[in-house]
Amino acid sequence: MSTQHEEAVGQSLAARIEEEGEVSVVDCYQCGKCSAGCPAAEDMDVAPSQVLRLLQTESPKHDERALRSMSIWMCIGCETCVSRCPQEVDLPRVMDFLRQESLARNLAHQDADDVVAFHRAFMSSVEKAGRLFELGMIGDYKLRTGHFFKDLGLAPTMFFKGKIGLLPHGGANQVEVAEIFARARQARKD
Amino acid sequence: MKVGYYPGCSLSGTAREFGESMAAVARALDIELAEIPEWTCCGSSSGHMTDRLLALALPAHVLLKAHDAGLAQVMAPCAACYNRLATARHEIEASRAAKAQVEKVLQRKIESLPRVLNLLELLAQERDHIAAKVTRRFEETVACYYGCLLVRPARITGFDRTEDPVEMDKLVAAVGGKPINWSCKTECCGASFSLSKTSVVGRLGAKILRDAVARKAQAVVVACPMCHANLDLRRSSINRRLAAKTSIPVLYITQVIGMALGIPAKQLGLARHLVRVTLPGPSAQTPPAPRPAVQ
Repeated sequence: MSTQHEEAVGQSLAARIEEEGEVSVVDCYQCGKCSAGCPAAEDMDVAPSQVLRLLQTESPKHDERALRSMSIWMCIGCETCVSRCPQEVDLPRVMDFLRQESLARNLAHQDADDVVAFHRAFMSSVEKAGRLFELGMIGDYKLRTGHFFKDLGLAPTMFFKGKIGLLPHGGANQVEVAEIFARARQARKD
Repeated sequence: MKVGYYPGCSLSGTAREFGESMAAVARALDIELAEIPEWTCCGSSSGHMTDRLLALALPAHVLLKAHDAGLAQVMAPCAACYNRLATARHEIEASRAAKAQVEKVLQRKIESLPRVLNLLELLAQERDHIAAKVTRRFEETVACYYGCLLVRPARITGFDRTEDPVEMDKLVAAVGGKPINWSCKTECCGASFSLSKTSVVGRLGAKILRDAVARKAQAVVVACPMCHANLDLRRSSINRRLAAKTSIPVLYITQVIGMALGIPAKQLGLARHLVRVTLPGPSAQTPPAPRPAVQ
């Protein structure tokens, strides 16, 4: 790849992943082993190896295709692909990068709403209490998604089994955690 | 023996029995679990999937608290917590840029971070000790299920064999159990999709339990709260996908060891599972009736 070409493509996702995520998508030679072993591949619209292929082209159109894909939200983060990759391409790290970029650019696939809502509810609970408050997180998730009746049958059983705490955990210094969240937010703006 | 202890959020919630059995087994083995003062959440899957900076800073914050408390190593029984702590430590030590970013967010210098151990690593060191303390042999045929995050990726975990781990099998054998050979040891259960993509959890769990049952396991043994939640709490979603519904119980490795050490069922939280534990073992306090593997 010539320097001129590098300048021309500028901020391709591949270049940013190389710089920020320290992963070279060009290392992938498309053997397809990641797609073959991926437990979520059957629910994906673009196979994992094809996501890497899209990024390798460094075309804005293909970058956007990757960011709009459902695949990045169906990736469970099981680390099977990178464990088996003959080139050790850290595809889970690439997926993390793509999810964050997809959210930042408001391109997340519409069917990913529930997955995104879960992550947001989870992180919001941690930001507030310093530790995950499961019941609060589930309530927040239901508000975000409108799935009010999902798992209601499970709730009484879990309560009587002692698996649902009604109050957030004590013991964490939640102020410190809230400050970490605030500074991370600021660092992203800088 | 003393080890830094990071229980993580789920051990006082959905995985309460993991925390209870962990504490009971540690007491029986004279392992002092020194809980990290004021520990906070590691960020788990949601952290690394949505925010790279928090995915490093939250675990680093925990490890620095352990460091400040004079703990040289930290054991995290939850496989997801373990993986996040170990990954963050690895990345901060490997990348100067990552370290600088985290230091800025935490507003302190990072000199060294404690080593992170998973539960199986700790118990493996105690295997002979455990075997010597067995009072009631756990004579069950079980499927040891490791899931993803204890073993992968190997460059970070550096633990056991990536595709065919054996440490849990050895522990089960040390207390009298018979671990089966099977093909789903490190298959994924769907992890954090339990709430948001329950159908995926049902499909993946069905694959795992179908294999365990077909190979005549009487229980599945796990060392991860997410694996447990997905195979136990989500059993109805799994059974919807199985031609023959299964009532195979899912036990934490600490419960298996606890039973063999003669610890009462109540202290091990055996009654907290949704799928009833009906093993013929005396500690389960159930009549020794033969239980069909498949309903």
